[in-house]
Amino acid sequence: MLDGILLGLDAALSLQNLMMVIAGCLIGTIIGMLPGLGPMSIIAIMIPVAIKIGDPSAALILLAGVYYGAIFGGSTSSILINAPGIAGTVATAFDGYPLARKGKAGKALTIAAVSSFAGGTVGAVLLMGFAPALASVALLFHSAEYFALMIVGLSAISAFAGTGQVAKALMMTVLGVMLATLGESAQFNAPRFTMGIMDLQSGISFITLAMALFAFPEAMYLVLDPKRSNTGSADGEIKDLRISRKEAKQIAPVIGRQSVQGFLIGVLPGAGATLASFLGYAVERNLAKGEDRAEFGKGSVKGLSAPETANNAACTGSFVPLLTLGIPGSGTTAILLGALIALNVTPGPRLMVDNPTIFWSVIISMYIGNVVLLILNLPLIPYIAKLLMVPRNYLIPFILFFTMMGSYIGQNNSTELLLLTGMGIIATIMRFAGFPLAPMLIGFILGQMLEDNFARAMNLSDGISFMWERPMTTILLIIAVLLIFLPSMREKIAAKRGSKVADGD
Amino acid sequence: MTLDRAVAGIFLLVCLIYGYTAFVTMQAHLLPFELNMTFLPNTMPKWLSVLGVIVALVVIIQSGPEEDAEIDASEIDYRNLRQYKLGQALLLIGLMVAYALLLHPIGFLLATSLFLAGGGFILGEHNYRLLLPISISTAFLIWYLVQEVLGIFLRPWPWFI
Repeated sequence: MLDGILLGLDAALSLQNLMMVIAGCLIGTIIGMLPGLGPMSIIAIMIPVAIKIGDPSAALILLAGVYYGAIFGGSTSSILINAPGIAGTVATAFDGYPLARKGKAGKALTIAAVSSFAGGTVGAVLLMGFAPALASVALLFHSAEYFALMIVGLSAISAFAGTGQVAKALMMTVLGVMLATLGESAQFNAPRFTMGIMDLQSGISFITLAMALFAFPEAMYLVLDPKRSNTGSADGEIKDLRISRKEAKQIAPVIGRQSVQGFLIGVLPGAGATLASFLGYAVERNLAKGEDRAEFGKGSVKGLSAPETANNAACTGSFVPLLTLGIPGSGTTAILLGALIALNVTPGPRLMVDNPTIFWSVIISMYIGNVVLLILNLPLIPYIAKLLMVPRNYLIPFILFFTMMGSYIGQNNSTELLLLTGMGIIATIMRFAGFPLAPMLIGFILGQMLEDNFARAMNLSDGISFMWERPMTTILLIIAVLLIFLPSMREKIAAKRGSKVADGD
Repeated sequence: MTLDRAVAGIFLLVCLIYGYTAFVTMQAHLLPFELNMTFLPNTMPKWLSVLGVIVALVVIIQSGPEEDAEIDASEIDYRNLRQYKLGQALLLIGLMVAYALLLHPIGFLLATSLFLAGGGFILGEHNYRLLLPISISTAFLIWYLVQEVLGIFLRPWPWFI
């Protein structure tokens, strides 16, 4: 293995390839900040450039740089204006945006950068060591297990909701899954629930819903209540850029846990960065105690660090099935697979033997990409955070405009904008009524995968018997049920204890 | 009736319609051979509608009127919407709808410049010497970035050019 690492280092550390990483990271970060252009579309745009380079290692290094840059850029818009451009950074907005509103945008971006770096780096190390072994584990997961894993993911959402909010969060989740059933799906030959409206045939796009649920209500809140625009530091200074020693102590264990957990989830084809970030957030919230837990959702450094670490580790993890089995586990890796094939490299079990230089240079370049990203972005953070200092009269129209651009660019369909406005108004009303909106988006994202896997599992076992015939599925489903009922049980126990103490007094 | 109950009530209604479509309409449209299949287009909607009805009922029962006291300072009190800038918000929503409708006919550059300038105007910006150049240059910059650099087509000019 050491030979391989040296081979990869040799290839990746040439001047040309270093320039590629730097260029890739910069391009990725800048374009990734525009909501609507996630890593997948940016990599797709960069493929012609990569193919022109010709050398597969250099091309892949460029694309890996773009990939990491785009993910970091995506977290930037989540943190600064609550507009998560890709599914993987939705959980970042939960705590990143509150932090930015407290005037700690610089710190939030720094934490995101450091967590991403740590997650990506640990992921790359794990990838080096365990890629071949993990590939066989990933194959043990069948559609029944995926279905159960999605259910766990959806129930873990009850962890997002505060006490007594579980029913509301569940309601929003169900609504999200319902929205996912709109339009045509891969499984069936006819559109469903479109009410005969042509524009609904392709379903609702993720980005439109994400903008309607997150960015639009927030912008409306900023308009309605001008006091909200005061983000803490009125003098326009970016303070608190550095992470204090106490915070470093807080996030270190989070990064440790989430980089491993995120990597393992990323290895499963199809689960990917999104599920990893949500589960990471939920797990950390459940592990936190007392005040720490109350902080979640209000600007907790742990809550920001967990999804950021997990989604980067998962991105690296998703390379395991790609490089070792030739199975792309996510949309982004599917596009990378296309790029690899165009460059005359076939990923699969033989890659490590036939083309060790490419295999290792990809892994090493991921590592270098992470380092370069950190070096490039840390000095840029104060300037990026200054975006929030733009006066309100300019900032709000710009947020609304970027929200609309996000859903328009991908589709070139202005009906999407009307849909965005309509759903945004509904979402604002639901937010007035105290319904959490994140579960709805998560339900929507996981809904499609859930139905596909449910269908496959039912077809394979001719009914729902798979739920109790496959031990791993059963265990996961039991965990899911526990997750839903645990908060209310805990509350009851606490109430009992509380009353006992009172009685004793 | 509190707003959350009303929302849950509407959701209950949506679930019932959704459920009716899944259990009755879609069932009737199934092809003969489909009836023997394990997983049908309406299998998951059926489960979802039942689950949705249950959860909606739980929310309606749980959410009582006692919540009046706990309104977070960072949240907006919807019972008193008039104390906020409701007019500005509604005008901006109107502007977004207008943007959506005009984007294709008048082209990206004009529509975007108008939207940004109009948005600033609604929010009370009257320094036109700053507002107009910024709006127009942003529209042009974004168009250049998206179409010329990234190669994603955005029609820049009105329909007659």
